[in-house]
Amino acid sequence: MMILEKKSGVLLIAGLVFFAIAFLSNAVVPALMYKDLPEKSAEELINGNIRYQFEDLARRYPDSFQAAFGAAPEATAAREAFMNQSCADALRIGRKVYVGEGCWHCHSQFVRPVSNEELRWGPVSKTEEYQNELQRPVLFGTRRVGPDLIREGGRRSNDWHAVHFFQPTLVSDKSPMPEYPWLFDGSPDKPNKKGLALMTYIQWLGSWQESYPYYEAYEANPILRVQNQAKKGLTTR
Amino acid sequence: MAADSAIEAPRHEKLVDERLVTWYFLFALLYMFVSMLGGFLMASQLVRFTPLRGIELFSPGRWRMVHTNAIAYGFLANAFLGMLHWSVPRLTLRPVLSSRLSYFIFGAWQFIVLSTAAGLLLGEAQGLEWGETPVWIDPLAQVGLLLVLANFMGPISKMSGALYVSLWYYMAAFVWTPLVYAMGNFLPEYFLSGTSAGAVGGLFIHDLVGLFVTPLGWGAMYYFVPILLEKPMWSHGLSLVGFWGLAFFYPLTGIHHFLYTPIPMFLQYGAVISTIAVELVVTTVLVNFFMTLKGSPGVLSKNLPVRWMFTGMVFYGLTCLQCAFQTTLTFQAMIHFTDWVVGHAHMVMFGVFSVWLLGIMTYLFPKLLRRNWASPALCEWHYWLSTVGIGLMSADLITAGPFQGISWASLVPWEVSVEFSMPFWAVRLGAGVLMFAGLLAFLLNIFLTWSAGRRAPAQVPDSYNSYDASLVGSA
Repeated sequence: MMILEKKSGVLLIAGLVFFAIAFLSNAVVPALMYKDLPEKSAEELINGNIRYQFEDLARRYPDSFQAAFGAAPEATAAREAFMNQSCADALRIGRKVYVGEGCWHCHSQFVRPVSNEELRWGPVSKTEEYQNELQRPVLFGTRRVGPDLIREGGRRSNDWHAVHFFQPTLVSDKSPMPEYPWLFDGSPDKPNKKGLALMTYIQWLGSWQESYPYYEAYEANPILRVQNQAKKGLTTR
Repeated sequence: MAADSAIEAPRHEKLVDERLVTWYFLFALLYMFVSMLGGFLMASQLVRFTPLRGIELFSPGRWRMVHTNAIAYGFLANAFLGMLHWSVPRLTLRPVLSSRLSYFIFGAWQFIVLSTAAGLLLGEAQGLEWGETPVWIDPLAQVGLLLVLANFMGPISKMSGALYVSLWYYMAAFVWTPLVYAMGNFLPEYFLSGTSAGAVGGLFIHDLVGLFVTPLGWGAMYYFVPILLEKPMWSHGLSLVGFWGLAFFYPLTGIHHFLYTPIPMFLQYGAVISTIAVELVVTTVLVNFFMTLKGSPGVLSKNLPVRWMFTGMVFYGLTCLQCAFQTTLTFQAMIHFTDWVVGHAHMVMFGVFSVWLLGIMTYLFPKLLRRNWASPALCEWHYWLSTVGIGLMSADLITAGPFQGISWASLVPWEVSVEFSMPFWAVRLGAGVLMFAGLLAFLLNIFLTWSAGRRAPAQVPDSYNSYDASLVGSA
């Protein structure tokens, strides 16, 4: 028993060995399980849905967009490359703003398989959704003062988000969310680079889902449902 | 300790750098003041009382991170370092490795805390809960922790044979804290992503409490409580069970912060089981302390530091009981993401560890300032405002949690849950104001005691007990 009260026992067994056991089982095991799941870069995360939202930002706020990301080239291929790169940059900056402003302390980013969350937010979160640069460190979150955001992309328009970030109570009457006017140059129709980037980031959340942007209300094959109902002699809705 | 009459104990002033202990405590209280202001700002925002709205540097989201980091790295770390500079030399009867190193660490740590605050307020946070310290400060903090290890292991390494319980906890904390810090701050930032980073993040959040704060806290209790009660711990066997049980099970529990995430289920079950094992271990520790208290009638009313310490232990028992509930998957489904968890966090960080450290300060400040407390009444105000405040805040938030969880599961509009949370948030704000008032009473009392000392010659304070005074040496 003496070893349990001596320096050697405490430092080696409790200090190093017990820590190592926990580290192996709680950190190394999941890391090995997912080692073949490649981590995607921001460039690889660009999809049609988020590009659509990004183009929308460019059209709605042309002056702000140009000030933030520069003028897009005329040639189609060059323009395509420019927009993709700008969108990836915007995702990285937007994530930094999201972390720096502490958004993740009041908004979680994962849908649990319990408590009817599938009905409220959409499909339950899967591991591969988090295997990317923008989830490093992962932003699961631990508190929901406001709604979960992992299925937020496409739910609301860029205009809505702009006004909401500028002053949440303008669109959500009794919201306790703080205001972020420093993401704008004076008014909600003039988002600065950080503002545009944060909107891009929010619109990206969930954009990889097949059910985007309907999520919880999504039907993979509504026509089939109608046909089946017709066969059973039920009236269609 | 000094019980062996054959060995003459070195004089206290040769062992303990009282000036350093005092400065650590004062800086700790300064950061608690700042932390509470941050908490006040965020709590006010939630009840939509926003006098500073729209000002970037006063953004509640940023101050919320200052709030948690200032309490963890500002208050707790500084107060623990002060406490260690008092108790380690007295336990080992040897001074720390180097006095210059001590002052260097002191300065470096304040630099780390202040630059963390500056970084957070400028929007440079790192996306790790309890690890928001901007990435460029992380390596500095890591070096600082290793220097702390060297400084205190200096005297401890010269000891041989069986050591006292407090030193087991301290030594374990000295090894664990740098490991935990490195794991939590570097792995998810540079090496891992996604789910496995989440597992490490959970491990980090929990290990920060379990392997840095908890062992230092319990080490301090095993040192101060027997001194203040003037008797040894009730059972050395239970002390062994408590330490080794904690050392084995505590590190295994981290993933319980992320139940129902995509982290593999078998890892989640493992975390749940080891968490419940921790609760059993904790019970043995509490039994040991309360049996030590037994047979000292009236000590809780007469001896304020003892009252602080046992109040912390009551909260510890409550918070661990709460944890055993919330870690079970059934309960977790309802209370995760709600204010229940926020109540739990406040009860642990303030109700247990801050309360213990404030008790230690209440005991040590008269010795450090060589004066009796200028106002025992203010000491009592500090105690009652703090304990009533934290009790009210925890009860309020823990009650709010299930309401929020059930309303979310019932699929009523989100706004409904925000709206009915308002009264809970208002009570929380009021409870926070009580705690803040308690802190102000304490700061005022320290100032009055200090300024009384400036006007009159130094005195040997009436000790809260006679045993300890014997080691202090005559002034």
